[in-house]
Amino acid sequence: MPKLKVILLTGRTIDQGKGKEYGKLSREYWESVTICFLDPKDLKVLEVKEDENIKVTTKSGSVVMKAVKSARSPHPKIAFIPYGPWASIIMNQKTHGTGMPSLKGISAEIEPAPKGKVLSLSELLNKHYKVKKS
Amino acid sequence: MTIVTGVTCPVCGTFCDDIELVVENNVIVDVKNACAMGAAKFLNYATHRNLKPLIRKNGELIETSLNEAVGKAAKILADANYPILYGWSCTSCEAIRVGLELAEEVGGVIDNTSTVCHGPSILSVQDVGIVSCTLGQIRHRADLIFYWASNPWSAHPRHIERYTMFTEGRFQKSTWKGYISRLGGVLSRKRLRRAANLVLRRDIPATPKIERHLPYTMFQKKRKMVVVDTRKTRTAEAADYFLQIEPNKDYELLQVFRMLIQNEELNVDKVAGVPIELLEEVADVMLDCKLGVFFFGLGLTMSEGKHRNIDTAISLTRDLNQRTKFLIMPMRGHYNVTGVNVVFTWQTGYPYAVDFSRGYPRYNPGETSVIDILSRGESDAGLSIASDPVAHFPREAVQNLVKNPLIAIDPEVTPTTLMADVVIPSSFMGIETEGTAYRMDHVPLPLKKVVEPPKTCLSDVEILQRILSQVRKLRRTSN
Repeated sequence: MPKLKVILLTGRTIDQGKGKEYGKLSREYWESVTICFLDPKDLKVLEVKEDENIKVTTKSGSVVMKAVKSARSPHPKIAFIPYGPWASIIMNQKTHGTGMPSLKGISAEIEPAPKGKVLSLSELLNKHYKVKKS
Repeated sequence: MTIVTGVTCPVCGTFCDDIELVVENNVIVDVKNACAMGAAKFLNYATHRNLKPLIRKNGELIETSLNEAVGKAAKILADANYPILYGWSCTSCEAIRVGLELAEEVGGVIDNTSTVCHGPSILSVQDVGIVSCTLGQIRHRADLIFYWASNPWSAHPRHIERYTMFTEGRFQKSTWKGYISRLGGVLSRKRLRRAANLVLRRDIPATPKIERHLPYTMFQKKRKMVVVDTRKTRTAEAADYFLQIEPNKDYELLQVFRMLIQNEELNVDKVAGVPIELLEEVADVMLDCKLGVFFFGLGLTMSEGKHRNIDTAISLTRDLNQRTKFLIMPMRGHYNVTGVNVVFTWQTGYPYAVDFSRGYPRYNPGETSVIDILSRGESDAGLSIASDPVAHFPREAVQNLVKNPLIAIDPEVTPTTLMADVVIPSSFMGIETEGTAYRMDHVPLPLKKVVEPPKTCLSDVEILQRILSQVRKLRRTSN
């Protein structure tokens, strides 16, 4: 299966901004933060079509998201994920003494994930943060 | 039906103060002047909210009384050795003041969202100072606008309209008409490409434009906008010139601009992927302006270099002021993240990451900042207010946050409230409760109360005061 090394950026999109105001449990929010924008050429390299699932892996973990063709290309080998719980799963907590983790410009690898599932918010929280509570 | 005018928008750092709301039977039914985010908030804020306090029992969150929830929250904080109190950017200055008193009382660490936002900018301002102003000055006078690593079209949708390119200033005209004609050109090119793809039955992606010179519009005597970013955004499409650079190369590009404006020669062909001739022309445009401004976003604070990027950007601004007038301003995210830095500073001397564990305030980002405390696993309890750390902190930090008792004070249902042990629903600041917040240029503005909150939802100030009073009672008893 093809793999692609990219520089990963996270950030705001207007849909993510609207989605968080609709509510973090809303469909709009889920749809706006479980996507990864890729350059059209990179989608071809990965042999992935728009809205198909991909796995994004960094040193801190991996997460399945939907691939979206970037409307404003070219930005080859630069992937963009909107801020949210899904992006946070693959972010590194190291701050290098500044207090700020590196949330942009991270090395990542992307591969197709035809059998992968984009988790719902409750599934994501259960999978990564489920702890015994009294 | 009532029309409420002059409402401030409790969403982003632009903190627009010209919103009009139509209220009918204590419900907001229409919004005027707001952006997509503002309208989404005013019309949908009550869709996903907690109305009753919740407490975790046998792994499940169950409804409880406010007194029990406050009592449990106070006990968690009073029993903890090193609690963290995090959030504060989406609440009023009045609530933040009580929060600082609570942090001092429990000997914890109080930190705000600037720690994962413009914290590095604050470090740089403390290092090298800042030359800035209010947004009104920029609106009326600035003729060269830089958005560096910032995408206001998505994050601060009315910033361009209210303060920079599309506003009619006293000495600078709006460039709205020019943008409309340029947008027509962009759309035509897109349509042509799409038609070519259909005819040729293949997908021809846009090819990178190889530019050797700036467009002629950059040399006209009118207001101009330059966007520097790693990928093309909608803001970049609205710009007179878009400088696309390689990721993590902001530091060297800023240093190169510092050299170029001092007429230094460079023995390289490209910097950050941009030909040096182009950079020389951009430097000339910087020197030729009457009043320029750099608005910078998280692309500088979150990339390699972090606060050193901002140091250099501020130093470039300082250098430019030897030849012309230039200003710099961070694009603050939440509507009161500037206010939280202001209140923290006037109360403790420090703008964020304040540690009260020794009985007096200490500040050492990298040590006393919340992500570092969580990554070392040092805290033993947490309080999150008006923020959502579970959604926005890196995974390992969240794992250390939720393994300890966690209190969430928030009007909305968020990943943090879903993972908390005590959830106290508050009223919406700026919609159901009044207060004060600071716009990104440090101008304080009032947050209005437009509708009545549900009876079960108190304001952040009242909730924090109740917890503080309960903590004091518990501490007196134990002493």
